Amino acid sequence: MNSLLTPLEFEKSIYQIEDKIEELKNLSADSGINLDDQIKILTEQATEYKKQLYSHLSPSQKLLIARHPKRPSFLDYVSLITTDWTEFHGDRAGTDDKAIIGGIAQIEGKSVMLIGTQKGKTTKENIEYNFGMPQPEGYRKALRLFYHADRFNLPIITMIDTPGAYPGIKAEQTGQGIAIAVNLREMAKLEVPIISIILGEGCSGGALGIAVSNRVYMLEHSYYTVISPEGCASILWRSADMASTAADAMKITAEDLLKLGVIDGIIKEPLGGAHYDWDLIASELKNTVIETLNEMSNMSGEHLKKDRYDKFRRMGVFVE
Amino acid sequence: MSLRDWFEKRRNKQMNADLVESKISGDDLSKLWGKCFNCNTSIPQKELNQSMLVCPKCDYHFRISARTRIEQLFDENSFNEINKNILPCNPLDFVDTMCYKDRQQDACKKSNLNEAVVTGIGNISGWEAAAAVMDFAYMGGSMGSVVGEKVTRLIEEGIRRKIPIIAITSSGGARMQESCLSLMQMAKTSCAVARANEEKILYITVLTEPTFGGVTASFGTLGDIIIAEQGARIGFAGRRVIEQTIRQKLPPDFQTAEYLLKYGQVDMVSHRKELKETLEKIIRIHSQAKTFIPNELNKRISKA
Repeated sequence: MNSLLTPLEFEKSIYQIEDKIEELKNLSADSGINLDDQIKILTEQATEYKKQLYSHLSPSQKLLIARHPKRPSFLDYVSLITTDWTEFHGDRAGTDDKAIIGGIAQIEGKSVMLIGTQKGKTTKENIEYNFGMPQPEGYRKALRLFYHADRFNLPIITMIDTPGAYPGIKAEQTGQGIAIAVNLREMAKLEVPIISIILGEGCSGGALGIAVSNRVYMLEHSYYTVISPEGCASILWRSADMASTAADAMKITAEDLLKLGVIDGIIKEPLGGAHYDWDLIASELKNTVIETLNEMSNMSGEHLKKDRYDKFRRMGVFVE
Repeated sequence: MSLRDWFEKRRNKQMNADLVESKISGDDLSKLWGKCFNCNTSIPQKELNQSMLVCPKCDYHFRISARTRIEQLFDENSFNEINKNILPCNPLDFVDTMCYKDRQQDACKKSNLNEAVVTGIGNISGWEAAAAVMDFAYMGGSMGSVVGEKVTRLIEEGIRRKIPIIAITSSGGARMQESCLSLMQMAKTSCAVARANEEKILYITVLTEPTFGGVTASFGTLGDIIIAEQGARIGFAGRRVIEQTIRQKLPPDFQTAEYLLKYGQVDMVSHRKELKETLEKIIRIHSQAKTFIPNELNKRISKA
């Protein structure tokens, strides 16, 4: 495992085994005793154990991976999968919200519009990007770019990693709710393919505000929910300590949401999570995007609109 | 005991005796008298009803049920409810401190409704309109699959009939017990509004006490015209969440209808007594604009 990463609580046992293997290797090298067999057995056991552990993660363990500070961000994917990235700034009404970034680029020669919520890896970056929490102006910047994409026939790819839209005084004054609502409505009118990928956190209206798409995918360990598990726990259980119970109850994992029909597919992550192998996850994500674009390449604007309408029209469970 | 207290006590005793005689329970007593949450005045229920559940003393607008709202806005016996038998399930087998199914049953008893929205077609001073009216008494007016479905069908029905659509909101937001499925209702209802836009069907929203979260961030604020009822609290994030995030006290008028008007987020603030007239006026002006200019005239104008 990458020794530069700090282990998460539930990963500590793996790191201990790996430390032991490392010790054995050193011992073998120093003393000249052949320990290859033992090392081989231990390594195999460790790999098997890791596979078991990461394929049976609880929702709250997945939360830790989804929020991992070293997890690749929107801009990391942009640099890993596109060429000629050209960023566009501003909402044309006084603000350039850095929590939402957009621009044009090419993916294997295909011209696209990319829009995503951006989180930082350091405190300085996080302050710049406001921890990935957009203001209404960010949603309006996205909307301007949606219209642009629609006019110039650029398929739209949005990537989401946000703890939610920012709750603040100014955000309320300038219409956080309205900005999101308008995006939901206007995305329904676009005549280009829209693909969304939940990278890490997909929290509430803040995530949905750029995700009314023809196809919605989630990375294996990301989550998508109407409210953060902490928020839900403090309202329904009246205690934020119940967050892991809330995370279980709300069915926020990619697997659950695929079963419920909320998403269209899951992008498999490297063992341990996307942060262990950026290149691998980027190529998985790129393949999914290319395949989906190809699949939708023959659909007319009207057809794409209808496809999107029908997709969300079906959602919900009730009896009649 | 002051003389005043003594009289008070005697009066209460007398009142209680009257109640015992007429076999009215304490529960019914609260039905005879309403207390203003704002100025604490006790008001006879009859008087409150006559003033459309607005405090005659301080103008505080009481939260009202969907049925009462319909009575206040629609011409007598003109409202025909549609899709009233769409009922909620428990798709996630959600249990918090209580099972979601039990919460639904409690909400039914409390609100006398089977979900948090009533939808139908009715007349406002003779003008036909499709309306979705939310009721806070059913699980805080929260939007789950049923609310999303009923609102969407109502919008689709309005489009089919080519009549104005009105949504009157009162909601704490999305229904957590349905998690992502309730989030998707925001997308579903907004997509329906997009179709109304494309068909040029007038869509008016009336935001009433309180309107928050997922309803604010979807069909609630998508009205071509947005009316906020006087004194209503309207916002995206809850007051407490904002206070905790920014660690600052918020002004008392924060997120009120009047505050939103000041910041250009709503078209107008309406007193409950003027709401019907306002809606009628807006619908009439828009409807007459459509029929007033004949196609021939339109063609001539564009040629010129």
